Amino acid sequence: MEFFIISMLNGLSYGLLLFMLSAGLTLIFSMMGVLNFAHASFYMVGAYVGYTLSGVMGFWPALVIAPLLVGGLGALFERMALRGVHKFGHVAELLLTFGLSYIFLELVQLIWGRTALEFNPPESLKGPAFTLVNHAVDGLRLVWGAAPANLCSAADAAVRVVCSPFPMTRGFMMLVALLMLLGLWLLLTHTRIGLVIQAALTHPHMAESLGHNVPRVFMLVFGAGTGLAGLAGVIGGSTYVTEPSMAGTVGSIIFVVVVVGGLGSLSGAFLASLLIGVIQTFAIAFDYSLISVLGNLGVTLSEAARNNSVAKLTLSQVAPILPYLFLVLILIFRPKGLLGKREG
Amino acid sequence: MFSIKKGRVVVWGLFALVLVLVPQVFGSGLSITMLSQMGIAIIACLSYNMLLGQGGMLSFGHAVYTGLGAYMAIHALNAVGQGSLPLPVSLVPLVGGVAGMGFAVLLGFVTTRKSGNTFAMITLGMAELVFAMSLMFSDFFGGEAGISSNRVVGQPFMGITFAPAVQVYYLIAAYTFVAVALMFAFTGTPLGRMLNAVRDNPERVEFIGYNPQRVRYTAFIIAGFFAGISGGLAALNFEIVTAEVVGAGRSGAYLLFTFLGGATFFFGPIIGAVLMVLAFVVLSEFTKAWLLYLGFIFLFMVMYAPGGIASLVMMNLRVASFGKLKGLLGHYAALVLTGLVGFAGAAALLEMVYHRQLNAAMGGELHFLGASLDTASLGSWLGAGLVMLVGLGLFELCRRQFLGRWSVVQEEIEKEIKRRHAV
Repeated sequence: MEFFIISMLNGLSYGLLLFMLSAGLTLIFSMMGVLNFAHASFYMVGAYVGYTLSGVMGFWPALVIAPLLVGGLGALFERMALRGVHKFGHVAELLLTFGLSYIFLELVQLIWGRTALEFNPPESLKGPAFTLVNHAVDGLRLVWGAAPANLCSAADAAVRVVCSPFPMTRGFMMLVALLMLLGLWLLLTHTRIGLVIQAALTHPHMAESLGHNVPRVFMLVFGAGTGLAGLAGVIGGSTYVTEPSMAGTVGSIIFVVVVVGGLGSLSGAFLASLLIGVIQTFAIAFDYSLISVLGNLGVTLSEAARNNSVAKLTLSQVAPILPYLFLVLILIFRPKGLLGKREG
Repeated sequence: MFSIKKGRVVVWGLFALVLVLVPQVFGSGLSITMLSQMGIAIIACLSYNMLLGQGGMLSFGHAVYTGLGAYMAIHALNAVGQGSLPLPVSLVPLVGGVAGMGFAVLLGFVTTRKSGNTFAMITLGMAELVFAMSLMFSDFFGGEAGISSNRVVGQPFMGITFAPAVQVYYLIAAYTFVAVALMFAFTGTPLGRMLNAVRDNPERVEFIGYNPQRVRYTAFIIAGFFAGISGGLAALNFEIVTAEVVGAGRSGAYLLFTFLGGATFFFGPIIGAVLMVLAFVVLSEFTKAWLLYLGFIFLFMVMYAPGGIASLVMMNLRVASFGKLKGLLGHYAALVLTGLVGFAGAAALLEMVYHRQLNAAMGGELHFLGASLDTASLGSWLGAGLVMLVGLGLFELCRRQFLGRWSVVQEEIEKEIKRRHAV
């Protein structure tokens, strides 16, 4: 039970991190029709800038300033490069961001080196947020913070006690993602700038005739989207690992997320992020293969079947391909995505 | 009409002649391997352009088909070696082609359901899927070490054993010539034409009564076949296939260089393929920062010349055919000169940064274009920065003048065309 809860929370926190990224990607895509291939690269840059800044001024100021810097960088890129390419069509825009991802990867390796950095969360986020204590006699209970040592060890050896801590950083990640979701929703539906963004999204020419500077709105949206990626980078980089390959590993997953959720649908991206986060986390935790499952069911297998390399694969080994299999299944059975509105 | 046909015969004849004679000119071991790789890359990039240039399908996973073709070919080669498959070595690349086609039938069914951005992302997902699988199924993919083989098997045919590299080169050259000719012929077929129509306006195609999805799917399968042939040739050439051949990096390289060469013209990807091999073999020896340079070149190409090198060539040929190239030559010289100065400054800065990062233990000295730079001295940095700024500033001035002159020339050409029509 405690294994299930902790895995679920881990999965949800990873899913929420994915959502922080896919939200920006979806926002940019639905506004400008630009598929930002370099989105995960902005995430990576956010992590690295956050690392450097937190060395200078501490983690909390870095958490604010690094996303702003990354967002500024994104806005600058939109202004200097992307805007000029708009007239060549969406493929050229996608190619431009594709080229940018190469440059970012090389620059990051140039400035910070090719090995993983030690980007640690601050003291106040270290340690567990709460601990689940499963006592064979007393049952399951929750202790805030780290559980005292005497709770985790029973005096009687026959009584089984399991303590499962949930790290504070994961909790913080969930909190920030949820706050961001709330903020984004309030911004889009309850403020003037949000209304202008929505107007520019559906009727760019009309919004422009009404005196709104649509190109500047685009620049702001691109900056905001990449800024969100930078924020996710600071949090993700300190929770997981900060290394040059982090953009590649997350990048393809968030593309899966936005396709599965339905291209351009923010709520779809939210649902798909959580689903994929949970699926991946649970798959890694299970060590069952086809053989062991059949064995548990009482099926006896021949020698050849037991040595079959496909049947020998455990679920945790298959975990990396699950999101992509999910993508294929969605495309076959529901081509517009989970919550997508139109076929693209 | 006759003159066009004659021109074609001349062009294809020259192409064949170049393929045959090039090893006589560049006969060293290194250049033979590079030429072989160029042939392989030409087939791969042209098959990629069948999707990108002719079908408007931006694929991030083309290496899946070249790579899986290579794997099937090397397994076939091993089977030939063990005597379980009676097949001459020269036909092994066809096994790769059939394999690439088979995987395109299988995976393309899902990917070509969509077009545009969604297609791009699905191909990326497919590429990741196959790459992740390559690490899981080590029986087929050979794990970290890959699958190696030996191409000198079976009965020699007329003394050809494929042991010397030059014999493999001629096999590759023959395949390249036939594949390029077939792919060129494809552009003229009704299917090739429909593919262009699907790229430009899928709705109208649908109204006429065609199914754009099926057109895309068919083209995807054909592209998969040629990609597989390229993979099979690579397997023969290197005698080893590792998991990186299906990786995202390889797919990205096909996209990058096909675009650099020029996706809007048939011969563009050939230029791109030659550049690809040069960049991978020569440029990467020359400087550690080559990927960064490549990224910037690609970025500027997308921004200022989205038709690639081929379009630049064609535009200037057009100007030349109206006899107006002479007036532009001075501008080109100025652009190249100032551009080189600016580039040299920027490159010196970059090389110093790389040097600091990678070779700091070897001291601050480095040699760059004959100049001796020191990463510890402020003078080197300031000097390089100054050279870059001056070069870029002058380049911008020249560029503006050139653009003015260019538009004047284009107007003159338009007038000339109108005048000829009137006559």
